[in-house]
Amino acid sequence: MPNVRGDGMRGLAVFISDIRNCKSKEAEVKRINKELANIRSKFKGDKTLDGYQKKKYVCKLLFIFLLGHDIDFGHMEAVNLLSSNKYSEKQVGYLFISVLISADSELMRLIIQSIKTDLASRNPIFVNLALQCIANIGSKEMAEAFQQDIPRLLVSGDAIDLVKQSAALCLLRLLRAAPDIAPSGEWTSRIVHLLNDQNMGVVTAACSLIEALVKKNPAEYKACVSLAVSRLSRIVSSPYNDLQDYTYYFVPAPWLSVKLLRLLENYPPSDDAGVRSRLNECLESIFTKVSEPPKSKKVQHSNAKNAVLFEAISLIIHMDSDPALLIRACSQLGQFLQHRETNMRYLALECMCLLATSEISHDAVKKHQETVVNALKTERDVSVRQRAIDLLYAMCDKSNAEEIVQEMLAYLESADYSIREEMVLKIAILAEKYASDYSWYVDVILNLIRIAGDYVSEEVWYRVIQIVINRDDVQGYAAKTVFEALQAPACHENMVKVGGYILGEFGNLIAGDPRSSSQVQFDLLYSKYPLCSVNTRCLLLSTFMKFINLFPEIKTTIQDMLQNDTNIRNADAELQQRTVEYLQLSNIASADILATVLEEMPAFPERESSILAKLKKKKELPDNVESPSKEHRHLPQAIVNSADGASSPERNGGPSNYGSASMDLLGLNSPTNDGMASTNNGINSNGYAPQPQAPASDMSALFDVFGSPTQPNGGDFGNSASSPPGQKSGVQLVSESNIKKFLFRNSGIVFENEAIQIGVKSQFTPTQAIGQIELYYGNKSTMPLTNFTVQVHNTEPNALLIQAQDIGPVIQISAQVKQQFNLRCVTVFSQTPTVRISFSMNNFPMTIEAPIPVFINKFLEGAAMDGETFFARWKKLSLPAQEAQEQFFAKYPIDAASTQEKLTSIGFAVLPNIDPNPENFVAAGIIYTGSTQVGCLLRLEPRRQDSKYRLTVRTSNEGVSKRLASLLKDEF
Amino acid sequence: MIQFLLLFSRQGKLRLQKWYVATEEKQKKKLSRELINVVLQRKPKMCSFLEWKDMKIVYKRYASLYFCCAVESTDNELLILEIIHRYVELLDKYFGSVCELDIIFNFEKAYFILDEFILGGEVQETSKKNVLKAVSAQDVMQEDEAVTSALEEFGLV
Repeated sequence: MPNVRGDGMRGLAVFISDIRNCKSKEAEVKRINKELANIRSKFKGDKTLDGYQKKKYVCKLLFIFLLGHDIDFGHMEAVNLLSSNKYSEKQVGYLFISVLISADSELMRLIIQSIKTDLASRNPIFVNLALQCIANIGSKEMAEAFQQDIPRLLVSGDAIDLVKQSAALCLLRLLRAAPDIAPSGEWTSRIVHLLNDQNMGVVTAACSLIEALVKKNPAEYKACVSLAVSRLSRIVSSPYNDLQDYTYYFVPAPWLSVKLLRLLENYPPSDDAGVRSRLNECLESIFTKVSEPPKSKKVQHSNAKNAVLFEAISLIIHMDSDPALLIRACSQLGQFLQHRETNMRYLALECMCLLATSEISHDAVKKHQETVVNALKTERDVSVRQRAIDLLYAMCDKSNAEEIVQEMLAYLESADYSIREEMVLKIAILAEKYASDYSWYVDVILNLIRIAGDYVSEEVWYRVIQIVINRDDVQGYAAKTVFEALQAPACHENMVKVGGYILGEFGNLIAGDPRSSSQVQFDLLYSKYPLCSVNTRCLLLSTFMKFINLFPEIKTTIQDMLQNDTNIRNADAELQQRTVEYLQLSNIASADILATVLEEMPAFPERESSILAKLKKKKELPDNVESPSKEHRHLPQAIVNSADGASSPERNGGPSNYGSASMDLLGLNSPTNDGMASTNNGINSNGYAPQPQAPASDMSALFDVFGSPTQPNGGDFGNSASSPPGQKSGVQLVSESNIKKFLFRNSGIVFENEAIQIGVKSQFTPTQAIGQIELYYGNKSTMPLTNFTVQVHNTEPNALLIQAQDIGPVIQISAQVKQQFNLRCVTVFSQTPTVRISFSMNNFPMTIEAPIPVFINKFLEGAAMDGETFFARWKKLSLPAQEAQEQFFAKYPIDAASTQEKLTSIGFAVLPNIDPNPENFVAAGIIYTGSTQVGCLLRLEPRRQDSKYRLTVRTSNEGVSKRLASLLKDEF
Repeated sequence: MIQFLLLFSRQGKLRLQKWYVATEEKQKKKLSRELINVVLQRKPKMCSFLEWKDMKIVYKRYASLYFCCAVESTDNELLILEIIHRYVELLDKYFGSVCELDIIFNFEKAYFILDEFILGGEVQETSKKNVLKAVSAQDVMQEDEAVTSALEEFGLV
């Protein structure tokens, strides 16, 4: 046991040793429970507990809490310690409170009372302790209670420096919690003058406070500019040994320097010429020091020196007025680009991005293009490469766009998966922004699709179509190029979409050449057709319909194709409906009407590219997906958004994408704009094909053909809209494989059709073997859903208890009804329970049978352990029945970060540095059921050369091993 | 401003955590677990900075312990790195060549020292001497109290 300073607590040290000696997690939990029981009984029974003992037990509780266990008692005892007259007891009490008590605790009033007493103490150490506690909790309530006391301490003549320092930062923290308590009036000048304080520590602390106050009210605190400049100048010009302990590795007061520079960034360059030139001298001198030979070889020396330099550069960029300094900054950063330390290269790239935005230094930055491109190719750390991409993006202009885009495209082929989508967006933006020749732009986008089709989001390919439609000079070229691109035997589906759309509009421009005649174009597109997803096929159907208009000579070929069973009897309602409608249209409508209906798309209104918006959004995406209000402009709503909606183009076409950014791009705010196939319902308003707002005349032509489109059962084709044959009397089944995404998350869409959307949101507490699932039924149709009933089918009622909340029989138009299910896992279960949802819509009965997304892994909680423990347990579970193994092809690109994320979201604790092969993953967890606990170990071995995985699961329960392995198979 | 600070071992065991913005307990657990995984996966020669969520992470490994700060994206990375170093120096000076065990067994001291150095997510005192003076003033008070209570126990006062 190491030495303990101050007055050690022996009992605590013994307890910590005990915990460390525990061989397993179970033993540790056991030891902790024993201790908790002991402490509880001590607190309850023993009235004679002295201060020392109380302190010791509170400390133990704190330790247990910090190990990650919940603590639900002892708070009162900790609060009692605050009023002890012994410092050591008080201190532990305060520590417990800072770490463990939440701001809304009912004990807060007592705590505030104790703090008040200590703040008034004559002993500055007590005062300091109280201030630290206020700063650590920093709640609104605290802010209100102490808004008088703290500013008083801060400027008091009696308070010692240490107290002033704490008071400054304490006030800062309270300001963040309650901005309205900012002191003003007479306080202002007294606070500003803290910058002149003799004690550097006081200035350091006060500087942070002043910056926050300045942000709120720059005018009031303007006096701080000249004070800060002169303070900075004194620091920068002082010999390093003048500042004694405030010199850090031969750099005078780096923290204070940086804080002062940052404070100055809140103001424009000073009006006072004297102040301005003084600041310039400081900045020059900071540059000079960096170029002098170092006073120490220690990295701390150069880090501190460069930290000040980077802050100075940031101020220079902010002022954006002195060309000499800007150019000097640029050449200094240029040197750093080749620094031997990765950290410096990273920062140089990052900082240069800012320089590139200044008109003055933009050209100077461009001189480093080659170095940056080189960084992109040679840096080993992806975060550095990311910076290089950002910088290339920032330094790009008309003069170097072709080169930079070319380099980025070249890098895209080998880029990390994690940054591909962002790169694609950036390339697309640059290509559009700086294209002098739009055929170059078309080439770039098609290259993007070829190289990284999976990462090309809808925004990108919609945009290229918009641009082609709006510029007649590029249409012929575009048609020719997509035609050539489609010749490739395996081309990305996004290529088929773009190609299909463009040929549908402009195929006639290249049909004169017998090598790309109408028949050849049709054959080419149709050869891709069977392999495409439903929404791409829908798009292609529209293309073929347009072909009937463009190329009357192949009308019968196309009609034959439509009449083919795979189309006219397709199980997918949307496909079938389109086919039927298009076929009818081609039969009924005269050539004139056809020409009107299928007229070339009108130009899109010019607007800012929404790819930019997407890029901005992407940065903040991951945490926002669950916020319910976002992106829900369209009714009906589900409470959840499909989280993958924004990231993967394949999944993007799915009906859950109501109101995503892609719609905005095309101005499709109302489903009626969506063209002909969707007259009766809104289900394909989600971007099967980009459609500009059709002029009113087109719409009326459409209505003439179909009669009244508003009554689902009225017109010739209405029937197929709401109840396609083949689904008429049957039950719509959602298979388990469709909901396997819920292995990894707890919310999303379970099912959706034109009538109803079923969403789910759930939470599980594995350690208690319980969970809640909420299903949300949203009525999307134009009629109320009546006779609404939900029946639970649970094949293992003894293993999994499910209790369903009752719900009403009607769901109104656009309404959403929530049904809660309480679950309890009694023992291991292997079947997924289902719900059978029945209702009538306009007297038409519908039934949907869908699994409830609860798998055994929902009761799995990660268990961290070291390598030794892991291997010991692995060996223990060596019976053949305890192991299950699967081999499968990688379904997604093999990427360590996402695999890790998946394993974690399944519930496992991923254990790093255990498997001798760093590519492999090992993970562990425990499944908690009411009756047993099942320890689960997993090993996942990716094999890059043939993109396969081998998955091995070992658990103490045969069923669990099999079930987990089969569930996780094919999910990576 | 520092958002939070984590100390954890190479095995991913959390040794110390300090949060400078109000965060729910559940969220704390989630964030630290995620972040520890991210940092442990990085290779030795990689850059000490990375973007994570809407924050910047600055970390450095000392022997078996990782020191990891989550800061705002506008903070000065290099200086945060030196904040970490100064904290290590403080611990080292206080414990006399500090090791992971010192921090495990004296976790409360590690917190007390941190509170003297950083408050509300900002550096309060950069002088090593002054921080250690404040901490040892605490120790002196504790020891005095210990002596007094021992004397009381034996009826000597």
